[in-house]
Amino acid sequence: MTAKAMLCRCEDVTLDEVMEALDAGHHDIESVKRYTGFGTGWCQGKQCVVACARLLAQVTGKAPELPITPRPPLHPVALGVLASLGDDEEG
Amino acid sequence: MPRVVVIGAGILGLATAYNLAKRGVRDVLVVDRGYLCGGASGRNGGGVRAQFSSETNIRLMRESIEICRDFATEMKINVWFRQGGYLFLTRTAARARDLEENVALQNRCGLPTRMLDPSELQRIVPELSSAGVRAASFNPGDGVVFPWPFIWGYARAAKDLGVSIRPFTEVVGFEARSGRITGVRLRPTRLSPLDATDEVLPAGDVYTESCDDVVLCAGAWSPKVAALVGLALPNKPHRHEICSTEPLKPWLGPLVADLSDGLYFSQSMRGEIVGGVAVEPVPEGINQQSSRRFLTTYARALVRAIPTMAGVRVLRQWAGCYDLTPDGSPIVGRVADPSNLTLACGFMGHGFMMAPVMGRLLAEHVATGETSPLFARWGLDRFARGELEHENMIIG
Ligand SMILES: Cc1cc2nc3c(=O)[nH]c(=O)nc-3n(C[C@H](O)[C@H](O)[C@H](O)COP(=O)(O)OP(=O)(O)OC[C@H]3O[C@@H](n4cnc5c(N)ncnc54)[C@H](O)[C@@H]3O)c2cc1C
Repeated sequence: MTAKAMLCRCEDVTLDEVMEALDAGHHDIESVKRYTGFGTGWCQGKQCVVACARLLAQVTGKAPELPITPRPPLHPVALGVLASLGDDEEG
Repeated sequence: MPRVVVIGAGILGLATAYNLAKRGVRDVLVVDRGYLCGGASGRNGGGVRAQFSSETNIRLMRESIEICRDFATEMKINVWFRQGGYLFLTRTAARARDLEENVALQNRCGLPTRMLDPSELQRIVPELSSAGVRAASFNPGDGVVFPWPFIWGYARAAKDLGVSIRPFTEVVGFEARSGRITGVRLRPTRLSPLDATDEVLPAGDVYTESCDDVVLCAGAWSPKVAALVGLALPNKPHRHEICSTEPLKPWLGPLVADLSDGLYFSQSMRGEIVGGVAVEPVPEGINQQSSRRFLTTYARALVRAIPTMAGVRVLRQWAGCYDLTPDGSPIVGRVADPSNLTLACGFMGHGFMMAPVMGRLLAEHVATGETSPLFARWGLDRFARGELEHENMIIG
């Protein structure tokens, strides 16, 4: 892979940028996500989490990490659809 | 030996540490139980405004916005600052009167805020349905930032000046002698596999770092940490949820906030519509879980305000905690006992925007030991004196 290889296409995060985050001492996936913004775009990490987790494991020599916390909804949902739903019971 | 220990590496802790180092107090250790951006500072809407109801907040925020404007140049980091203004709406007569009074006060403080008539409202946000809107105010100088790079900017600049930042390190106790904290008891942590963002697990033995001064910037966790040294604080965590949509081309200038139902939304520089709404009741204590009720409530309120948003999809939702005080104003400054503990908490739902200016003032207070009139008014003992400092422009 070249340095300009895109790890996260939605947010334009390159291999270079993830390496820079690791060099800056961010050795857990939640920090790398917040430092680079990977995984926060349209696909919500479907394409990039694995690549970033693998890189992190390779560089740190630690076992692959937990996935980043999944943020609901599981799939993008239109506001008009949400507005037509009733409230659920639980908070 | 670190001289100042700052508890909490949110925006307040990092801004204070950076400003301490800039003043020459470089022996500073900042600890956080989780990763940077794990608390409210990594979970907020990035709104920055000077439209408040108290003169103190208005003047402080004028200064903070100035700092935001220069932040990218000073810190060499893009924080996506965009001054599209804040547009406040209300649907009740009582709140309309409040808005008018607040605008008059803001004008006396030198802000160009103005009340909008319906045609101006339509001109600024043509997509907005003004049905039922009683009044609106607008300050073009308010804006939004992207919170994450703000955190990294302060963290990097503080480190460059010699500050140590230690994430995954939890304060579990204090050592005190003769009314002073002499050491902070720390324990290494790691993320919990059960809920990666909210919980930390012990990951090492407890050790002590000695200190001359302690600054408590633990946000909504502050009462818990203060209790470890026997200090009771009146602030309470209150969950706030927020979400963002798929990115859209730029169409929304200001952050729009409806004071009647707590709805607010803005468009980030990344194109997403980021916003939230008040949802009551919320679970007690620290809680960072998302609820479906929030999404449906938000969707109804947003589609009522901007009908064309009905077709836009929500990508992600998350939650953080406001740090609520009884009067809506923060709690800052040294306490009587222990005498070397400085508080910087209770920033409600507007602590991110206050941090640039408060970080400077807190550093001055800690470094010089002097108490300004502001810190006297915002001190913890105001609750015992019964001299509260009310603020009514609170969103959500
Ligand atoms: C949904 C939402 C939207 C918001 N929108 C806005 C907005 O638009 N504009 C705005 O200005 N503000 C907004 N706010 C408020 C703003 O985010 C907060 O006021 C601000 O981030 C507080 O910063 P802080 O540094 O005091 O706290 P935090 O960022 O919460 O930092 C406290 C830190 O202390 C750490 N900590 C806790 N306990 C311990 C311990 N025992 N040992 C070590 N560390 C510990 C935590 O891990 C945390 O990182 C919003 C808040 C929420 C939740």
